[in-house]
Amino acid sequence: MNFSGLINEFGPLTVAGLAQGAIIALFALGYTLVYGVLRLINFAHSEVFLVGTYACLIAWGWFGLDQNSAAPDLGAMLGYMALGLVVAIVASGLVALLVELVAYRPLRRRNAPPLAFLITAIGASLAISETVGVLTHRVQRGVPPIIQAKTVITIGNTHITNLQILIVVLALVMMFVLDRFINGSRLGRGIRAVAQSPDSAALMGVNKSRVISLVFLLGGLMAGIAAVMYDLKIGVTKYDAGFLLGIDAFTAAVLGGIGNLRGALVGGLLLGVLQNYAAGLFGSSWLHGAAFVLLVLILMFRPTGLLGESLGRARA
Amino acid sequence: MSDTAVAPAKEKATFRENGGVRGWFGRQPAWVRWAVMLLFAVLAFLLPYAGDIPVIGPQITTEGIDWPSALFNMSYYVLLALGLNVVVGYAGLLDLGYVGFFAIGAYGTALLTSPDSVLYSHTGWAWLGAAPVALAATMLAGLILGYPTLRLRGDYLAIVTLGFAEIIRIVATNTTTFRGDRGFTNVPHPPGSSGGKPIFGVTDATPYFWLGLVVIILVIFGVRNLDRSRVGRSWLAIREDEEAAEIMGVRTTKFKLWAFSVGAFIGGLGGVLFAGEQGFINSSTFVLQFSILVLAGVVMGGSGNMAGAILGGALISYIPDRLRGISLGGTDLYEYRFAMFGAVIIAIMIVRPQGLIPSRRRAMELKDREKEVAPL
Repeated sequence: MNFSGLINEFGPLTVAGLAQGAIIALFALGYTLVYGVLRLINFAHSEVFLVGTYACLIAWGWFGLDQNSAAPDLGAMLGYMALGLVVAIVASGLVALLVELVAYRPLRRRNAPPLAFLITAIGASLAISETVGVLTHRVQRGVPPIIQAKTVITIGNTHITNLQILIVVLALVMMFVLDRFINGSRLGRGIRAVAQSPDSAALMGVNKSRVISLVFLLGGLMAGIAAVMYDLKIGVTKYDAGFLLGIDAFTAAVLGGIGNLRGALVGGLLLGVLQNYAAGLFGSSWLHGAAFVLLVLILMFRPTGLLGESLGRARA
Repeated sequence: MSDTAVAPAKEKATFRENGGVRGWFGRQPAWVRWAVMLLFAVLAFLLPYAGDIPVIGPQITTEGIDWPSALFNMSYYVLLALGLNVVVGYAGLLDLGYVGFFAIGAYGTALLTSPDSVLYSHTGWAWLGAAPVALAATMLAGLILGYPTLRLRGDYLAIVTLGFAEIIRIVATNTTTFRGDRGFTNVPHPPGSSGGKPIFGVTDATPYFWLGLVVIILVIFGVRNLDRSRVGRSWLAIREDEEAAEIMGVRTTKFKLWAFSVGAFIGGLGGVLFAGEQGFINSSTFVLQFSILVLAGVVMGGSGNMAGAILGGALISYIPDRLRGISLGGTDLYEYRFAMFGAVIIAIMIVRPQGLIPSRRRAMELKDREKEVAPL
């Protein structure tokens, strides 16, 4: 217990927590979208994220960038960022679609019990992360310094870097875009319809399979963005990076109310901040333990989360 | 009577229609069934000498790890699969943190017996003395985990149990009492000596395998009797429809707790044996993949059926051990074990969701659901 440490470092811990939480929130969207529509926990979503973290590194590798290369100038930096984001998004989206196609669709056709979905999801998660583990020899891989973290704002002892601002702003923008997409577009209306009642939606002419694929794709896209942000923030990635952050993201989704998009944002930011406080209080090795304890507490006392769980009813 | 169409006289029913091997087995008199089971038990006890069989023997035994050790690994994997089968297969509660109980069993033994432990000066017990205490601790942990979580829906339960196992691992890694990666050394072996030499030595794992086998046989009888009792019927009712069971007067919370603590007990048993054989444990033994591997075994073998769980448990241990020392493109095939089992889980759930040796009732439940399917 280190209360004075927590109080002295309150500002920095909060800022770090918000940046961490923004990544978690983007990641949590994948869980929440799939849960909102299919009522199942897409356990393999963590590996969708994992593939994203490696995909952008590979793309940067094509241009000879590695962890030791010099920081690029502004124009090149923007180009690299765009490239990394696009590649990560495409890779994560494809993996999400693939998981749906291989692990979920055959079971849905057979009306398998819910536990069967969870088991295939675990299988998919294990297969992907371990394949990455074997291919990378279970060594972590460094990220090239695309963006140099520079302090731009200082309040008291709190230094806010450009990277932290970028992460939070990007997460908020993506959340806004997704929110508009679900609430405003025709495809979004289809998603909400299937979330409310799959069978009625099918009778009204909504293509259920296509909506489900779309939901997985959207989750994958968000995970791809979260993956690039994670790479830039943490500076390394490893084959089990998806798993640990996946638990955090799932906790965030449940905290905000799984199936509720705004809930994922609130839950993500809150969890990020709380985890950092816990790390300040007990030491950084307890960061993930704090998430688990929090998850158990929420599920025991308020299993519907802070904002309630519904994609269909709660206006997304 | 006479004007209803008479079904055409049936030809002699085929072997398959009469229930196949298991149907035949069930129709035999008791002594034949006991004799067959005894034969299997004897064959299992002779497994350490499988390598001596000409031609086939060398194909069966492992190359990268000595054969008795591989057999011992199989025995505690089978134990874990039997325990998880009670929780997942009988009661239908998906427990992803099963390795947590294995860890508690192993750590309980190590804490009470290893000279590295803070408790050693007070206890300094032998393996046999520590085992019951460790097992009691595991059962208690099963109750502590079960009580607050059993009201959760199936998929939430899975995540919370997963969290439970991770918390145990994090605590074991980060606290000084549990020594993290340094672990506990010199955990004593099981007692007993013959001809002046201890039976359970360091070099030969065969006695440990036999010990494991005896424990497995006891567990099989225990679980079988539980399954045929009121407890087993309640588990079945809970698995098929929890709400209906509750309305019919089955005390669901109580029997779910039973399933959890029986499962925990068997998992702890595996942990106690493991600590006794290895003599050393640390926190990196109890990774989460381990739970998932055991789950894969149960599902692969056929959840809800003990023969299936035994086969599955043996396979998840045997296949990787057999692959050890065989390399493909510079990488030991052993490295691929988790990836491979991940793919196997998916394939089994899609192609044969009832498992290799399915439980009859479970297979029928799946078939029923298939009929209710809504067209996509």
